Amino acid sequence: MSAAAELLDRLSTISGIRGSVLVSAGDGLIVAESLMTGVDGRAVAALAASLVSRLRRATERAGRREPVFLQLHAAGGTVLAAPCGTELVLVAVAGPDANVGLARLEMLDVSGRLA
Amino acid sequence: MSDDIRGMTAELAADPDSLVFLDLGEALRRRGQLDAAFKVARTGLNRYSELARAHDLSARILCDRGERDRAFEAWVTALGLDPGLVSAHKGLGFLYYQAGDLASAEKHLAYAGQADPDDTGTVTALERVRAGRATAPAAAPTTREVPAAASVQPTAAAPAEAGVEEREAETLGAPSGLTFSFEESSPSPVQEAVFAGLDGGTDGLLLVDAGGLRLGGGLRNPDGADVADSVAALLAGVSKEAARTARLLELGDWRGLAVECGDGNLFLSAPTESTLLLTVRGLDIPMGRVARFAERASMAARAWLEQSG
Repeated sequence: MSAAAELLDRLSTISGIRGSVLVSAGDGLIVAESLMTGVDGRAVAALAASLVSRLRRATERAGRREPVFLQLHAAGGTVLAAPCGTELVLVAVAGPDANVGLARLEMLDVSGRLA
Repeated sequence: MSDDIRGMTAELAADPDSLVFLDLGEALRRRGQLDAAFKVARTGLNRYSELARAHDLSARILCDRGERDRAFEAWVTALGLDPGLVSAHKGLGFLYYQAGDLASAEKHLAYAGQADPDDTGTVTALERVRAGRATAPAAAPTTREVPAAASVQPTAAAPAEAGVEEREAETLGAPSGLTFSFEESSPSPVQEAVFAGLDGGTDGLLLVDAGGLRLGGGLRNPDGADVADSVAALLAGVSKEAARTARLLELGDWRGLAVECGDGNLFLSAPTESTLLLTVRGLDIPMGRVARFAERASMAARAWLEQSG
C-alpha cells in the first residue's frame, strides 16, 4: 500500500468520515482514494478540485494567502478539502454526525506530509 | 507611459477578463489620452455590459471629449444598473448644470453630497447651484427621466438640448470653474445600506449576484485597495458549483463554505438562490464566529433584496 493510501485509510477511521480522496489539483483526477461504497469518487475529485481552484483565485485577488482548509457545509454532511502544495488536494466526505474538528486536524497533518 | 499604466496594460493583456480596465481607463483619462481611454472602456464594456462602473468610466471619458449627449446616456445607464453610484450622480449633476437645469442638477448633487459629505468639490458645486436657483427662472420642461435613486427622482431636460440651455446657463451668470472629482473611493449609499449596522458593511462583506456583479458591501485587500468588483467577478458560479457538489454527493442543500487562509478566514453563504455573500475576517476571529456573523449578514441581505425588489 502506498504512503498516500495509508494516510487516507487513517482519515477514514475517524468517526463519521465516509471516505477520502487525493486529487490532482490541475485536472481533478483521482491520485489515491479510500471511499465507502456509494460515494462517487470521481465526482468528489472533480468538483472539489474545481472549487479549490476558484477559491484560490478569489483569495489571491483579495490579497489573501492561499487557502489551507475548506469546509463545504450541507444539510446532510460536509465536504472537507485541504490543498497539499499547489498540485494536490486532499478531500474527505463527512456525514452529519462526523467529528469535523478532529477530521480537520488530521487532514491538515496529512496535507502537510503530502505537500 | 507611466509604470502604473504600463503595469495595468500588461495585466489586462494577460487577463482580458480583468476589471483592471476600470483603473487603466481612468488613468488614461486623467492623462488626457482620451482616445486610448475610450478604447479601453469600450472593450471593457463589451465584456461587462452590466457593470455600472464601466458605463460611468465611459461617461467620464465622453464628457471630457465634449460628447455630453453620449455621456448623459452612459450615466443614465450606469444609474439604471446601480441607482446609488455616486460618481454618476455627480456627472449628471454637472451635465444638468451645464444644460441650465439647476433643479435636476441640485437633486443629483444633493444625493452625491449626502453620500460623501467630505467631498468639498461637490459641496461647493451644490452651493453654487442653489445660489443660482435662488435667482434663476423655473427649470426647463421634462423631456427625459433618469432612474430613481433613494430620495432622488430627477426628471428634467437632458443636455442633448444643451445648445439653447447652455446659453441660458451663461445668461444666468453661472459660475465658471465648477469642477467635480469622480473619485471611485466614495461608497455607494446603496452598498452601505445592505449591511447597515453590521460591522464591516463597507469592507469585509460582499454581496454578489449570479453573474459575479457586486450588489452591495465592499472589500479591500490588506493594502487598502478596493478589490470588491474583481473578487465578485471571480466568485461567479461558486454558488452553483457548491450546490452541484453537495447534490452529487447526496448531501442536500449547501449552507456555507468556510475557507481558511494563512492570514484570514472567509465564509461564503447564499442569502438567496441567485446571490452569494462573502464574509472576510482576520485570523483573530474564529471560523465559528465568522459563520455566525455571516448568518446575520445573510439575513440583512435577504431583507434588503426583498425590500429592493
